[in-house]
Amino acid sequence: MRKINRVRHRVLPIVMLALLSVVLSSCSLVGPQSTFSTAGPVAAKQMWLFNYTLWMSLVVIAGVGGFLAYSVVRFRRKSGEDVMPEQTHGNVVIEVGLILLSTVIVIAVAIPTVAINFETGSYVEPTEEDIIVDVVGYQWWWAFEYPEEGIVTANELHIPVGKRVILNLDSADVLHSFWVPKLAGKRDLIPNQDNQLWFIADEPGLYYGQCAELCLGAHAYMRFRVKVDTEEEYAAWLASFNDTEAVQVQADPLITKGQQLFKEKGCAACHAIQGYAVGQESKPNLTNFGLRYSLAAGVLDNTPENLAKWLRDPQAVKPGNYMPTLWAEDDPNREEEIEALVAYLLSLGNEQEQTAQVSVGGANGNW
Amino acid sequence: MAIGRQPARPMGEAEGLFKRPTWTNGLLSWLTTIDHKRLGIMYLLSGFFFLAVGTIESSLIRLQLARPEQNLLSPDVYNQMFTAHGVTMVFLAIMPIGIGLANYLVPLQIGARDLAFPRLNAFGYWVYFLAGLLFLSSWFLGGAPDVGWFAYAPLTSLSANPGHGTDFYMVGLFISGIGTLVTAMNLIVTIINMRAPGMTMMRMPMFTWMILVTMFLIVFAFPPLTIALFQVIMDRSFGTLFYVPEAGGLPILWQHLFWIFGHPEVYIIILPAFGAVSEIIPTFSRKPLFGYPVMVLSGIFIGFMGFAVWSHHMFTTGLGVVANTAFALTTVVIGIPTGAKIFNWLATLWGGSIRFTTAMLFAIGFIITFTMGGVTGIMLAIPPFDQQAQDSYFVVAHFHYVMGGGALLAFFGAIYYWFPKFTGRMLSENLGKIVFALIAGGLHIIFFPQHILGLLGMPRRTQTYFEGYGMSALNMLSTIGVFVAIIGALIFTFDFFRSLRSGKIAGNDPWDARTLEWSISSPPPEHDFDVLPIVTDRDAFWAAKHPELGHVEDVDRGNQQEPLDEPHGIHIPGQSWYPFLMSMALFVGGYCIIYNNWLLGSICFIAVLIFSYGWAFEGVGGRHVHLEENV
Repeated sequence: MRKINRVRHRVLPIVMLALLSVVLSSCSLVGPQSTFSTAGPVAAKQMWLFNYTLWMSLVVIAGVGGFLAYSVVRFRRKSGEDVMPEQTHGNVVIEVGLILLSTVIVIAVAIPTVAINFETGSYVEPTEEDIIVDVVGYQWWWAFEYPEEGIVTANELHIPVGKRVILNLDSADVLHSFWVPKLAGKRDLIPNQDNQLWFIADEPGLYYGQCAELCLGAHAYMRFRVKVDTEEEYAAWLASFNDTEAVQVQADPLITKGQQLFKEKGCAACHAIQGYAVGQESKPNLTNFGLRYSLAAGVLDNTPENLAKWLRDPQAVKPGNYMPTLWAEDDPNREEEIEALVAYLLSLGNEQEQTAQVSVGGANGNW
Repeated sequence: MAIGRQPARPMGEAEGLFKRPTWTNGLLSWLTTIDHKRLGIMYLLSGFFFLAVGTIESSLIRLQLARPEQNLLSPDVYNQMFTAHGVTMVFLAIMPIGIGLANYLVPLQIGARDLAFPRLNAFGYWVYFLAGLLFLSSWFLGGAPDVGWFAYAPLTSLSANPGHGTDFYMVGLFISGIGTLVTAMNLIVTIINMRAPGMTMMRMPMFTWMILVTMFLIVFAFPPLTIALFQVIMDRSFGTLFYVPEAGGLPILWQHLFWIFGHPEVYIIILPAFGAVSEIIPTFSRKPLFGYPVMVLSGIFIGFMGFAVWSHHMFTTGLGVVANTAFALTTVVIGIPTGAKIFNWLATLWGGSIRFTTAMLFAIGFIITFTMGGVTGIMLAIPPFDQQAQDSYFVVAHFHYVMGGGALLAFFGAIYYWFPKFTGRMLSENLGKIVFALIAGGLHIIFFPQHILGLLGMPRRTQTYFEGYGMSALNMLSTIGVFVAIIGALIFTFDFFRSLRSGKIAGNDPWDARTLEWSISSPPPEHDFDVLPIVTDRDAFWAAKHPELGHVEDVDRGNQQEPLDEPHGIHIPGQSWYPFLMSMALFVGGYCIIYNNWLLGSICFIAVLIFSYGWAFEGVGGRHVHLEENV
């Protein structure tokens, strides 16, 4: 029996190591929200600290684990053996030495912690150069308002590459937390508290974000995108908010029908569309909806099929959300009206061309 | 000083409402018992019952997350599930297991015959258990709380959360906190006042030391929680505006109050585990604990610093860079005493004669698992990285390594170690090793992948995730781990009941152990010690068994007394109905607060007053055990 046990003690670590390697190989460490593939200096410094402490931790774990394994193997009681080991109660030199060693490790952790914390976590005074966005969290979507440009949009933040972006965070109901892992760590949205988060994006592209503080209901579906534009793209995006009037003059009868339905079916009671519907501030603004990459707060890619699916049964796409189901299942006009609304919504800000599909680093974007 | 040594008073008839009950077996004897051993066992059984409940909850959570975009649990039920899981595990399972061990073992380790206030002890248990039932009953009364175990305002406000679930959380914790507080005070008084002659503070077993520190933590940590709970109860029941944002309430206040409690709470859970491991390792290494004074001081230091780090749970709330830096530094400093503990356990092993019992395997598994949880704790203490990891699965992995892999492994070790003392029988060592492999292995399979999940951007408390984020395989692996661990737990349960009836007879000292509880029979007699021991050394029982090994050199020998003869026999305090009745009044009163039934609530309040009056004037009661008759 004893022999079997001993064999098991040697086998167990090997099994664990094998399992560990399975774990490590089964994950690629990339993904649309992976903190490993950073795209800006704030996230990069945050992850530098992770890597720095990871290596230290591995040394500590290897040291403790190695010492542990060595001692229990070397000093194991052999069967039938009855030795009385030396009764050592302590050793001041060893104990003080080890405490000093821990202290050195702690200091080695503390120095870059303090430096990078002040570098990335300090409050910044906005300057002319900065892009300023007021972010308000609602259950379960995001309002983005550009006070200087007078633009209101939802669930999709456009920022230019290389510029410092300052977000003023507030919540309209419960706590939320703004997290775009590739760009920066999170900051909470707290009612009655002005929080600030700033970051810089180095690479143009589409970045995925998600609410990271429990807000009940559709919390898992409270996502968003950050579109990092080149200077030209950003200017074009800003400009698209100036000629929204043009959208109203549409030749396509399907789009015209959709536009009417938007009011008839009650969409306009909640959703604002610049130049057409006033809506409510506390509901997602749909201006230039056709330019968006995702819908239902980052849950689905913004394609005609997905939009139809969303309108048909919002609860199936995003359980718990407040969007009403507008058609009964046996409503004969359902598909026809959805088709028109889809055509209208996707035409917003986007008269001729189809919604541009941007490939996202690491993610296939298809769900 | 100790019970049984005060001059005998006339027994007389019990006055007051009820006669002091004298049942010795059957249900009524358990309802009225004030014996610390029985109460300890009740704590442990209740703790394991709630542990099973929490495990079922966690397996449902993991089933929901096994694959992307499942809808096994709706978002609402999922929120209730993880909230109930957290509350059940922290407040109803792991902490009470530690307190249960303390209840049973502290008097035996310090050579006392019971706790200082036996009826208060019974009251503490009943309040905890009934509050636990009250909390669980929410599942059947419209839904469990869904706000997470730290219940951040304003999620708990009436407008955001009109159902009664939140009330069950607030009132359940409020009431169970009463029980925890009185038990803590009871144990502090016991440890300070009732040690056997010669048991100086620096001769106390390490488990007792860590319990003493833990109980001080409870005394200082629970009041802020109680205040915060009270504020929310007032908000919800009486329309006050502490946490109502529309009226200018500052939700961040809840977080401060909660974590001033919540961080010490983590140490309230882990320090008894440290204590248990510090008993198991020396016994199975046949060596004294290495660096006893450092172990004591580091425990005290950890406990003290536990109150200086709460804001590291709030690095993303915008406290400002200076506050974040300050709390980061106080937090990493805790790495030093914790490291000292780990090094001293290793040094205890070094040069020993190590026996691989199941308890020892759990202790060794604890060291490595806890070290892994410790280093991620240091990482999370770094605000810039924490802002990425906070509220992600990285944090979930971290605290399950500390509490699940850490405290729970240590407590399993403790059960394997002390089960012979509790029951007189041994658990199966062969099955035990399988249990260890499955539970320890299972915990690592569950939680190791979660570190990576968090860094891949998976926030905690999300009911589902999507394909294409690189999270699917790791989530599946994590779910598989739950069932590995559950198989281990089932084998343990089977062996537990089998061993109760037909386990090997243990004898007084099956492990060649070191502390006083092993010097008496297994299970101990009702009066614990026939003669109160006189302690001349640390590891008193070991020193008595091995006088040839010499003694610790730096202990004070001036405090030795002659054993007192006990002409009246040993006084066994009488049982009492009042602890149970008073707890019942609080239990029913809890429902009255939840459902705002102020008439019945007033009746419960009056009942509490009447029962405390009856309690105060119950009379001494009890009986005397005369050894010459018993032996």
